[in-house]
Amino acid sequence: MITVENLVKDFGPKRAVNRVSFSVKKGEILGFLGPNGAGKSTTMRMITGFIPPTSGRVVVGGHDVNEDPIPAKRLIGYLPESAPCYSDMTVHGFLSFAAEIRGLHGSAKEEAVRKAVGLCFLESVLHQSVDTLSKGFRHRTCLAQSIIHDPEVLVLDEPTDGLDPNQKHEIRQLLKRFGQNKAIIFSTHILEEVDAVCSRAVIIDRGHVVANGTPAELRARHDLAGSVSLRVQGTGAEAVRDRLAGLGVAGKVTVSSEAGSVLARVLPRDRTISGDLARAVAELAGREGWRFDELRTEEGRLDEVFRTITQPDSRRPAE
Amino acid sequence: MNSESCRTIWTIAKRELVGYFNSPVAYVFIVIFLLLNGFFTFMLGNYFLRGEANLNAFLMWHPWLYLFLVPAAGMRLWSEERRVGTLELLLTMPIAAWQAIVGKFLACWAFIGMALFLTFPVVVTTSYLGDPDLGAMISGYVGSFLLAGAYLAVTVMTSAMTRNQVISFILSVVICFFLILAGWEPVTDLMVRWAPDWLVSTVASFSVMPHFMQFQRGVIDLRDLLFFGSVITFCLFCTSVVLRGLRGA
Repeated sequence: MITVENLVKDFGPKRAVNRVSFSVKKGEILGFLGPNGAGKSTTMRMITGFIPPTSGRVVVGGHDVNEDPIPAKRLIGYLPESAPCYSDMTVHGFLSFAAEIRGLHGSAKEEAVRKAVGLCFLESVLHQSVDTLSKGFRHRTCLAQSIIHDPEVLVLDEPTDGLDPNQKHEIRQLLKRFGQNKAIIFSTHILEEVDAVCSRAVIIDRGHVVANGTPAELRARHDLAGSVSLRVQGTGAEAVRDRLAGLGVAGKVTVSSEAGSVLARVLPRDRTISGDLARAVAELAGREGWRFDELRTEEGRLDEVFRTITQPDSRRPAE
Repeated sequence: MNSESCRTIWTIAKRELVGYFNSPVAYVFIVIFLLLNGFFTFMLGNYFLRGEANLNAFLMWHPWLYLFLVPAAGMRLWSEERRVGTLELLLTMPIAAWQAIVGKFLACWAFIGMALFLTFPVVVTTSYLGDPDLGAMISGYVGSFLLAGAYLAVTVMTSAMTRNQVISFILSVVICFFLILAGWEPVTDLMVRWAPDWLVSTVASFSVMPHFMQFQRGVIDLRDLLFFGSVITFCLFCTSVVLRGLRGA
């Protein structure tokens, strides 16, 4: 549904977005991650046709956003970063306007407004003026505007920003539900959201795409991903380390002892994540008669991966 | 222009008008417009002492009244969109920028037209006291409405240039002031002394005054209609250029 090809945007001498390419298919929810100022919003503004790219192109549903904007824009629902709404209107008036401008009139319009209001939990403020709403309601009003025409493509810039934990949860559920038959891109810097919602994540840093994969693939890039940690009571640290190092599937082993227990971390030899290592460690512990009270496989932590690949001196794709 | 464009323009204009009447702006504007019109016409214009059965004492103030009131009515049209960020919403809707520009312009123009319509007691009074030329009164109103349209188009343009309403207001007042003065005799006299004739007449031809005077006299001339039409078209076109520049930068 969405294809982004070599997108570049220069603001004066500064290159905000540098050759960004990715695509989103129907039924996919793409999480768009990156530190502040990485170019997330700029990229989304180019996808929705608000600003033209310096070079490269965006194709939405077969229409080039720059050359054939109106058919492309019809397919898109967009929630801009600050969730702007016309403050001199009521929620109902604002949503009716959004529906009309999307070509919905009469009973189709009323139905669309009613549905969006229901999905975004706006019933209680329907006839209130937008400028009297709390931030959460205003945010959801703008979100309702983006889904009013049941678009095939949703572009949401920080849809959960400024919401309380319950509202965040509701919006995530909503995204998941929509994700089944729409192509969704949403930006966030809340990493748990990626795990909770996304089928794929793109990490962007200083205008470059630095990672593109499923949340599990990204987690696997963590240095400790796939390692097994084991906490043993009443056995010497040396013995634990020697035994663990002797396992065929084990790579590097580190141990530390604290308050009578030994905490060992075993990295897999081939750096793959599977149950094999944990199973081997458990069998060993059983044979040795260790009293262990913790055994778990580290899946890798997204926040660590995020930090390492978006740090100033980390790897960069070749220019 | 197809029916879909018209529908889009109407949707945008309707939203803008509803916005006016949902806020106090509309009422304040109308009340002040009517009060000032009454004051200028009857007190400064000496309407009764003139003993003339026409609207001159009323219409002669409009270029000056509009100079401040029209920019005040139109200054928020685009600057507010820019400040609040709804510009991003509007321009990512499946509409062309010119439809939004025209829709907003027409909404505000219709609003000013409504305020102008509410001055009808002047017409009633004049008809009651004397036997005025109805045609001249109508053409005077047409001229006044077109004048407001020209000022408004300037305001729409300056409003797109900045997110600050005050700056937009001041810029449009200055430009409209130039449009009044360009053909004023003291200004042309000042130029005659050093400028070549063609420059004097070019500058003077930008003035709204001679064109407005024609309407006041009861003459609806195609050239005057064209003048106001081209000022409006030019300014709205400039607005679209400004908006495109905003998005490109």
